[in-house]
Amino acid sequence: MKDNALSNILNQYDAQEQIDGQLYTLNFGPTHPATHGIFQNILTMDGEKILHSEQTVGYIHRAFEKISERRNFTQITTLTDRMNYCSSPINNLGWHMTVEKLIGVTVPKRVDYMRVIMMELARIADHLVCNAVTGVDTGALTGFTYLFQDREKIYDMYEQVCGARLTTNMGRIGGFERDLNPKFHELLQDFLKTFPKRFTDFCNLLERNRIFMDRTIGAGGISAERALNYGFTGPNLRAAGVDYDVRVSEPYSSYQDFDFNIPVGTAGDTYDRFMVRQQEIWESLKIIDQAYKNLPEGPFHADVPDFYLPEKADVYNNMEALIYHFKIVMGETEVPKGEVYHAVEGGNGELGFYLVSDGGRTPYRLHFRRPCFIYYQAFPEMITGSVISDAVVTLSSLNVIAGELDA
Amino acid sequence: MEFTNNFVLEAISREFPESVLATSETYGMISIEIKKGDLKKVVHHMKDSTLGFTFLTDLCGIHHPEMPEKELGVIYHLHNLVENRRIRLKTFMPKENAEVDTLTDLFAAANWMERETFDFYGIKFKGHPDLRVILNDPEMGYHPMLKEYPLEDGTRLDKDDTMFGR
Repeated sequence: MKDNALSNILNQYDAQEQIDGQLYTLNFGPTHPATHGIFQNILTMDGEKILHSEQTVGYIHRAFEKISERRNFTQITTLTDRMNYCSSPINNLGWHMTVEKLIGVTVPKRVDYMRVIMMELARIADHLVCNAVTGVDTGALTGFTYLFQDREKIYDMYEQVCGARLTTNMGRIGGFERDLNPKFHELLQDFLKTFPKRFTDFCNLLERNRIFMDRTIGAGGISAERALNYGFTGPNLRAAGVDYDVRVSEPYSSYQDFDFNIPVGTAGDTYDRFMVRQQEIWESLKIIDQAYKNLPEGPFHADVPDFYLPEKADVYNNMEALIYHFKIVMGETEVPKGEVYHAVEGGNGELGFYLVSDGGRTPYRLHFRRPCFIYYQAFPEMITGSVISDAVVTLSSLNVIAGELDA
Repeated sequence: MEFTNNFVLEAISREFPESVLATSETYGMISIEIKKGDLKKVVHHMKDSTLGFTFLTDLCGIHHPEMPEKELGVIYHLHNLVENRRIRLKTFMPKENAEVDTLTDLFAAANWMERETFDFYGIKFKGHPDLRVILNDPEMGYHPMLKEYPLEDGTRLDKDDTMFGR
């Protein structure tokens, strides 16, 4: 399918006979190792220069929005962590907070702080993958092999909190299913002690590396104005110089209690995106440190018997608990009528949940605002006129996650 | 003048008294129902005037089969980043000839979101440069998020899967 812009380019080239026959089409994806996900870029090239590109997405579309119209609120959690699978806890906890906003539950302070710790760990894991992979795409494999050990440690911590590693299904509506266990404390303390040193090594490896800087500075830049027009959020928007962060503009989960900075870039190019993510990892560490030091005592879940499963011992001995258990498991909890939009700062930007409830047992309509899907449209504009190797690093620094792209 | 929800609401109803059909406020965000033909005019004003809703956060469709002449809807979330205030706009249309003006010339972000809405609900966006389905198979030929395509009922009795105890 050739659109107008493409035929204009082709016509122009036919007129110039001296370079006739040099144009070719390159399929970058769907399963190219450098796309880091399943989506296709059809590039029209003149030598190494990209003249036109067209995106095909939807290869792993799983109709989450349709499925959620048949699932009760607890079951939707498992759908959310398959969106941005590099930082699943943020999706899970964001969804729980949306439901809590709809049903009007206030969670204890301890839950807020536990959520902050988990979400910031997830953000670190997400940014580590993105930055390590940006390094790999410029030829620096070393950092990647080191940082994946630290990502592994974060996954070990997820495992202690929820029992899973990648698709976490973490937490419950109203809090967590269990309190932080001693092993988690041990792992987190170890992580906070060892990670800064290891991460400094990675920073030294790339941040002022001449080859890396030459490859990334000026590659795939976007102005703040265009970025806003394209609906950029998160690190990619901040790299262009706009200090918009949902954690600050609409603090959820007690983010107002913590002291942290919002790093911003200037040029919006690959290097700025890389550096913004680097700095955000340091800021996330700061937040985790504060949240862990000031972790309040108290219950680890709110009192929402309609959604939070009762203790197993109570189910066997207490009539009321048995009824609630049955109703939750069978998905027979009715929710109030209403519509709510709740946004959290995901790994890639503003992750929004737009939930319309008609008072039934399932959402009437649930829409996920997926940051990847929205900012990936700008990719053609960012790479047209540059060379293919710039397109590769631009793509990896945008951190397009196929699961979030297609939902 | 403080930039409150009421201020925004008044400013819009003063400027477009004919276009605002209904308003409501839920969970701290106002929703305004706009007459379908005037939607683009209103959004353009909200973007370029001092109201400053310069960021299109979200755009999605909705299907209410029980509402005659208003079966399909498009819901817009706009954001004023400077004043940090969000607003929700809605517009509804009958299922036959479901068509609304595109916002792609105001917001580049609307491009794929409108394609997604077309894909899911069959709502056409007048003036969209490239209105094709985006996530589903282009040859599928129907719009799966419409309510007439129900998902399987989890409680149905005619399924013979005693092995799995459902």
